[in-house]
Amino acid sequence: MFETFAALGNGFALALQPDKLLFALVGVFLGTAVGVLPGIGPALTVALLLPITFKLDPTGSLIMFAGIYYGGMYGGSTTAILINTPGESASMATALEGNKMAKAGRGGPALATAAIGSFVAGLIATIGLAFLAPSLVELAISFTAADYFALMVLAFVTVSATFGASPLRGLTSLFIGLSLGIIGIDKLTGQQRLVFGIPDLSDGVEVTTLAVALFAVGEALFVASRHKAVTEKIEAVRGSLWMTKEDWKRSWKPWLRGALLGFPIGALPAGGAEIPTFLSYSLEKRLCKKPDEFGNGAIEGVAGPEAANNASAAGTLVPLLTLGLPTSATAAIMLAGFQQYGLNPGPLLFAEKPDLVWGLIASLFIANAMLLVLNLPLVGLWVRLLTIPQPWLYGGIMVFATMGTIAAKPSVVELGMLLVFGGMGFLMRRFDYPIAPVVIGLILGPLAETQLRRALTISLGDLSVLVKSPISIGLYVVAAIALLAPFVLTRLRDLGADED
Amino acid sequence: MFEFKRFLRTAVTVAAVTASASAAFAQAEYKLMAPAAPGGGWDQTARSMQQAMVASGAAKSVQVNNVAGAGGTIGIAQFVNGSKGDPNALMVGGFVMMGAILTNKSPVGLDRVTPIARLTGEYEAIVVPANSPIKTAKDLVAALKADTAKVTWAGGSAGGVDHIAAGLIAKAAGVDATKINYVPFSGGGEALAAVLSGQVTAGISGYGEFEGQIKAGKLRLIGMTSAERLPDVDGPTLKEQGVDVVIANWRAVFAAPDLTADQKKATLAAIEKMAKSKEWQDILKQKGWADTYLAGDAFAAYLKTENEVVSDMLRSIGLVK
Repeated sequence: MFETFAALGNGFALALQPDKLLFALVGVFLGTAVGVLPGIGPALTVALLLPITFKLDPTGSLIMFAGIYYGGMYGGSTTAILINTPGESASMATALEGNKMAKAGRGGPALATAAIGSFVAGLIATIGLAFLAPSLVELAISFTAADYFALMVLAFVTVSATFGASPLRGLTSLFIGLSLGIIGIDKLTGQQRLVFGIPDLSDGVEVTTLAVALFAVGEALFVASRHKAVTEKIEAVRGSLWMTKEDWKRSWKPWLRGALLGFPIGALPAGGAEIPTFLSYSLEKRLCKKPDEFGNGAIEGVAGPEAANNASAAGTLVPLLTLGLPTSATAAIMLAGFQQYGLNPGPLLFAEKPDLVWGLIASLFIANAMLLVLNLPLVGLWVRLLTIPQPWLYGGIMVFATMGTIAAKPSVVELGMLLVFGGMGFLMRRFDYPIAPVVIGLILGPLAETQLRRALTISLGDLSVLVKSPISIGLYVVAAIALLAPFVLTRLRDLGADED
Repeated sequence: MFEFKRFLRTAVTVAAVTASASAAFAQAEYKLMAPAAPGGGWDQTARSMQQAMVASGAAKSVQVNNVAGAGGTIGIAQFVNGSKGDPNALMVGGFVMMGAILTNKSPVGLDRVTPIARLTGEYEAIVVPANSPIKTAKDLVAALKADTAKVTWAGGSAGGVDHIAAGLIAKAAGVDATKINYVPFSGGGEALAAVLSGQVTAGISGYGEFEGQIKAGKLRLIGMTSAERLPDVDGPTLKEQGVDVVIANWRAVFAAPDLTADQKKATLAAIEKMAKSKEWQDILKQKGWADTYLAGDAFAAYLKTENEVVSDMLRSIGLVK
C-alpha cells in the first residue's frame, strides 16, 4: 500500500510539471470539443492526433490522450442535456432526464451535476484504478460468457424503468429495438441476417444513428407538427443557474452509486459504458423518494448515469494497463500509442515502466480536475443555447444531427436510416410510445444473444453452464429481487394497512 | 466586372498551381483509405504509411480517411466507385478483406482494384493457458483427433484469419475441419480473457495479442504459423512439429482501377521508396509486423493463389457454399 502511494507521488511530480499540465489542458479542451460535436468521437480524435505526438515524449502525449478520453466522455452529455441529442450511446440515459430538466429551465443544475458527478466518479474510479487494478482484473477475466449473459438478464429486468406509464407500450418499443438488433452479420456464424443485399446494413444498425434519429430528429419533427397548436415556452434559466442545496443533497448519493456501478463494469472486457448507465438510471428511479419526478426531469437521473459513464471510462483502463486488453476503440488507439514508444501494456508494464504508468494515473486525476475547471464556468454560456428561438434551434438540431451522422459514416443508406428512424421517432411520440427502450433493445439484444450462444457453444450445448458460476447465480438473484421486490413491497404495505 | 476579373485571376492561379503539382508527381498528395474504423489493424497500417511516406519523401502529403464496415467490403465498393482512374487514391486491405468479400458475396472484389504491394504480415500464434495439459502441437493434434468438437478455439471474427487458421490446423491434423468448435470474439481482447480464464482450450490470434501474457508466463505458446522461427518470438513453429500450416494475416496497399501504365509505375515507385525507408522499418519493428514486401506482378500472382486457399478453407468451414 505504502509503495503504491510513493509511486503515485512520483507520478504526480511528473504530471504536475507546467508543460505536462498544458498537455492535459489541451487534451481536455479537445476532448470536450469533440464530445460536443456529433460524429467525431474520442477514438477518431486520438487517431488523428497520434502523428502529432510522435515528436512529444511518451508521458506528454499519454497525458494528452487521457485528457481527450475523459473530455470526450463528458462532452457527449452537454448536447444530450441541452438539445436532446446524445452524441454517444452512453449519454442516452442522461438525455432522458437531463433534457427534461433543461426544458424546465434547470439546464444549469443538470450540466453542473453532470460535470461534478463526472469529476467525483472519475476521481473514485481513478483511485480504484491505482489501488485495485491488479485484483480487479483477476475478477474481470474470470467473467465467462454465461456470466455476461446473466448481467444482460439483470439489465433487461431493469429496462422497465424507462417504460413510462404503460408496460405494454414499453415492451412494444423494446421489441422494436430487439428486432433492429438482429440486422447484420451474425457474430458467431458470419451469416447475414435481414441485410437485403445492402452492404451498409451488414454491420447492423449503428446505435448512435438510431439514438440521434429517435431523440433529436423525432423531437424536431414533433415540435414542428405542434407548432400551431401550442407554443412551448422554454426558459433558459428558471430559479438558480447553479445547483441548489436541495440539488446537492439529491445528487451526491447517485454520484457515488453511479461510480460504483460504472467502474467495475467498465473494467470487464465486454462491459462497456452503456449497461452501467442504464443500471444506474433504473437504480436511481427505484431509490428516488419522488418517483413521479422521473420522466419530468429528476436530477438523480442525470447525476447517476453521468457518474457511471465517466467511471466506466476509467474502468476500461484496468484491462488495458494490466493485460494489454483494449476494450474500446479509444483504448485500442491508446494501445497503439503505447506501442509507438516501445511499451507493451500488459502484466509486466507496472513492473517495467512504473514512471509512465503512475504518471498516466496521476494525469488522469489532473485531467479530471481540469475538466471541472474548464466546464463549470461554461455552464452559463451553454444554457444560453436554449434562448435561441425554437424554429432556429430545432432547425439547427436537424442540421447538427444530419451532419454528425454523415461525418461518422459517410453513406446514403446511413442518412436514409436517420430519416426513417426520425419519422418513427415522430410517430412514437405522437402515439405516446417511449423511445428509450428501442435503443436499449438494440444495444442489449445482440449482446445477450452473442453471449448466450457463445456460452452454449463452449459448453457444447449443455444448458447447466448458465447457472454454474457463483457470479451468474448472484446476478440472477439480484435480477429476481429487482423484478419481484416492488410486488412484494406493495403486498406487505397492503397487509400492514389491513391490520390497522 | 471587377469581380469577374478577380475571379479569372484566381482561376488562372489555381490552374497554374495544379499543373505544377501534377508535373512533380514524384511528390504526390495521396488520399489513403483505411476501410475500417480507427484503432484496427488497417487503420494503424494506414496511419503508419502516412507517417513513413511523408518522412521518407515518397509523398508530399497523405490524407487518411476511414470507411468502416463489413470487413472492408464497404470501403472497397466506395473506393472502386469513387476513385476510378485517380492516380493519387490508395487503399489499405488484406487477408481479412479477401475473406469478407467471399463470405459477404460482395459484388466488388479485389480484382477490381490495382494491386500495388503487400507490405506486412502478422503470423498467428496458438496459445493455451499455462496450466493446460496440452504442451505441444502434437498434444493439440491428439486432442483434436480424440474429439474435434471438445477442443474449443477462441479467436477473432467468424471467417477471419484466426478462424481459417484453426480450420487449416484441423485439416493438417487429419480431422474434419467442419467439426471444429470455433468461438468468435470481437477484437482480440475478449478472446484473450477467455483463454486466460480457461473457458476455452486454445486461443488463436496474431502473436502481438498474446505477447505480454506469454512473457509473463500465463499463456503457453504452442506454435506459430510461420514457415521458420521468427527472431523476436521464443517458440517453435507448427511446421517443425509436423503440423504443416503456414498462414499470415497480410496487409497490402492497392491503387484505384483504370490507371495508365505510367501512373501505376509512379505509385509503385513511391510505395517502394516508403517500404525501403528507415522510418518504415522502424515502425515494423515497433509494431512487431513482419516485412513481407512483395510488389507489382508478383503480388498480383500471390493474390490469385491466396484467394484459392481462402475460398477453399471458407468452403470447408461452411462459410461459403
